[in-house]
Amino acid sequence: MTPGLSTRELMFEAASRAYEDAGIDPRKDVHSFVCCTEDFWEGISITDEYMPDQLGAVLKPLCTISSDGIVGLATACMHIMSGIADVAVVESHCKSSDVLNPDEISSFALDPIYDHHVNADPRFVAGLEMARYLKETGTKRDYCAQVAVKNKKNALLNPRGVHGANLDKRAVLSSKIAASPLTELEVSKTIDASIVFVLASAQKAKKLGNHTVWINGIGWSSDTPWIEDRDMAKAAYAEQSAARAYKMAGVRNPATYFDLAEIDDTYSYKELQSLEALKLAAKGKAGKMLESGAFDIDGRLPVNASGGSLGVGHLLEATGLHRVLEAVLQLRGQAGRLQIPTVKKALVQSWRGIPTATGAVAVLGN
Amino acid sequence: MLESPKELSFEATRMALDSAGLELKDIQSVVSGSAPDAFDGVHMKGEYLLDGMGGIGKPNQRVYVGGGTGVFTPIGGWWNVASGMYDTCLCVAEEKMSPLHPHPQYAFWSIFDQILERPLGTTLLWIFSLEMRRYMHKYGIKEEEIASVAVKNKGNAVDHPCAQLGAKITVEDVMNSEPICWPVKRLDVSPPSDGAAAVVLASEKVAKKLTDQPVWLDGVGWTLDTTHWTNRDLAYPEYVERAAWMAYKMAGIKKPRKEIDIAEVYDPFDYKELHHMEGLQLAGKGEAPKMAVDGVTQRDGDLPVCPSGGLLGVGNPIAAAGMMKICEVFWQLRGEAGKRQVKKDARTGLAQAWGDLMQVGTVAVMRS
Repeated sequence: MTPGLSTRELMFEAASRAYEDAGIDPRKDVHSFVCCTEDFWEGISITDEYMPDQLGAVLKPLCTISSDGIVGLATACMHIMSGIADVAVVESHCKSSDVLNPDEISSFALDPIYDHHVNADPRFVAGLEMARYLKETGTKRDYCAQVAVKNKKNALLNPRGVHGANLDKRAVLSSKIAASPLTELEVSKTIDASIVFVLASAQKAKKLGNHTVWINGIGWSSDTPWIEDRDMAKAAYAEQSAARAYKMAGVRNPATYFDLAEIDDTYSYKELQSLEALKLAAKGKAGKMLESGAFDIDGRLPVNASGGSLGVGHLLEATGLHRVLEAVLQLRGQAGRLQIPTVKKALVQSWRGIPTATGAVAVLGN
Repeated sequence: MLESPKELSFEATRMALDSAGLELKDIQSVVSGSAPDAFDGVHMKGEYLLDGMGGIGKPNQRVYVGGGTGVFTPIGGWWNVASGMYDTCLCVAEEKMSPLHPHPQYAFWSIFDQILERPLGTTLLWIFSLEMRRYMHKYGIKEEEIASVAVKNKGNAVDHPCAQLGAKITVEDVMNSEPICWPVKRLDVSPPSDGAAAVVLASEKVAKKLTDQPVWLDGVGWTLDTTHWTNRDLAYPEYVERAAWMAYKMAGIKKPRKEIDIAEVYDPFDYKELHHMEGLQLAGKGEAPKMAVDGVTQRDGDLPVCPSGGLLGVGNPIAAAGMMKICEVFWQLRGEAGKRQVKKDARTGLAQAWGDLMQVGTVAVMRS
C-alpha cells in the first residue's frame, strides 16, 4: 500500500528512476510514450488524460494500450521498428489500494448478458479452470500448493517480496477456500506499484550504456472471450503468444533454451498450466518437474525466482512489467540475493486475469 | 439500435473484409478502438468486443486516446504493419452509447479529476462552451459564422447512408435552436450515437496484390497535451498542430494548405471544425470561419472539409466516428463516394480526431 502517494506521484518516482538509469531526458530524447491501463481499475474514464505530465510527456506522442504491460512493450517495439521512435517509454501501474471493490470490478468484465448476473466471486472462473486442468492432465492437487510454497519462499530473498513466507504444503491446502479447489494462499494479492521501462533502437542503445537487455522476441494473443467456449485445461493464449515470440527470437527448443522464466502465477495452478503452454514442460508433466526441484531457484530452470505474483504481489495490468523487471535485474546481474549465476536468456509471460484469455510473452537476452 | 456492441463490430468487420476481398484467416493482427468502458458498463471492453472484431486467436491491441481513438485505431494498424511485425491488420472501431440512461453525457463526468473537477458536476458541454467562447473572443468570431459549419455538415450528411442527422437547415435554424450551455446551442453539437467502422491495412507488397487502387497511409501523428486543461490558452489547439506536423513530416508535406485536397476534420461541435483547421495549418489563426462562410470548405470548394457530413451530420459514436472519417477519405480518394464525391480531383486526404480533456490530436494523411 502507498497511502502517501497518488497514482501520478508513484508514476513520477518510477519514471524519474528509469530516466536516470538510462541517462535520458524525456522531454528531449523520447519519441513515444505508452501506458497500459484500464478505466475501471483507475476509477477514471479515458485514463490517458492523466498520464502525460508526470512522465515528462506533455505535447509528445503518448497513448494508452488497454492491456498488460508486455503488450505495451510490444507497442513500443513496433514504434521503434517502424522508425517513428529511437527511444520509447512504457509505463504501467497498479494502485489497488485505491480500489475498494476489486471483485465487483472484475465481475463487470463478465459478459453483461450471460454471466454477470450470477453475482458470484469472479474467481469462480479460476476454480473451474483449475479443476479442469487437474482432471485433463492428471496433475496432483498438491503440486499446485507447492507452487505457492516455492514462490512465497523465493520472495523472502526479494526486497520487493512483501508476500514472502515460509509455509508448507499443508498450510496452503488448509487455508480458506477461495473458489474450490483453489485456496486463498494460492491466490496472489494485489499491491501498489508503477513500473517504467526505457526502450531504444539497437543503435541508440549502444550509445546509452553497458547494461542493455535485448528483447529478442515478443508475442501476444487472445483466445475467445466466452468462458463457456474455451478449453479450460490449457492456456491457448500463452501457446499462441509463445509460438510468435519463439519464432521471432529463433527459439527452437524452449525446454532447454532459457536460463530463467518469470511466468504467470496469478493463481498457483496457472504456473503449471503456463509452463506446459510455453513448452517448458510436456503436457501434464509440469507438476512432477516442480516436485523434483527443476524449477527451484537453484534448479535446472528457475521459475519465478523473484517470488512471482504469489510472493511479491499482483499488479493488475503492470504484472507483465513486474516480471520483465525481475528478469532484467537478473540479466544485468543486479538481482542481489536473488541473483542466479550466468543468466543469459530469460522468458517472461503474463496473463490479463479473469475472465480474459489474453496474454503475452517476451524473450529477453543480455 | 438493437444490435449489441459485438454485433455492431461484426457488421463493420465483415464489410471491411468484403471490401478488401479477404477472410479472417488472411488477417494476421487486429487493432481495436472504443472509448470509455463506462458507456457499455463493461470492464475490459476490448476483451468483450474481441469476437465481434475477429480477434480470436490473433494478436489484438486496444488502442485508446479518448475521442481521438477513431483516427488512432488505423494508426495502431499502421505500426503493426510498418514495423514489419504483420502483413495484414484489421482495424475496427466501435461505440454504443444508447444503453446509457438518461443520457451518455453522464458517463463523461467520470473523465474529470476526482478532487478538483467532479465535485462541480462538470459536463463536457461546459468545458467546450468555455473553449468556443474563448475562440470567439480572441479572434472576434460571430456565432453565425460558426453556425455555417453545422449547416454545411448536416447538409452533406443527407447523402450519407448512415447519417443520423442529415438535414437542409439554415444559419437561422442553428441560431434559434435551444442553448445548451451558451454559446453552444442544440444544433452546434453532434448527437450521441451507436456505430462501428473498420478498415483493413496491408503491407505494400500485399496491398499491391489485393487491389489496383490502394490508398496509402502516408503519414501518422499523435500528441497529448497536459492534463491541466485550465492552464492553457483554449483559443488554439497546439497539440493538434504538433500531431499534424508529425504526420506531415512523415508524408513529406511542407505546405499543408496547398498539398491537402480534402480533409475530414473532427467536428463534434461546429466551432471545433474551424478550431482544428487552424491547428492543422489548413487555415491561419482565426481565419477558418471566413473560409467556411466563403464556401471554400464546401464539397465543390477549393478545400472540401467533412464531405461525409461529419459528426454533426452522420453522428458521433466516438471511436467509430473517427474511423468513419478514415473510411470517407478512402472512398473519396478512390472516387467511390457517390453523391458525396467532391468536385476536385482529390489525391491527398487527411483525417483528424481529438479528445480527452481538450488534449489529444490524432492525424492521418492518406494518398491514392
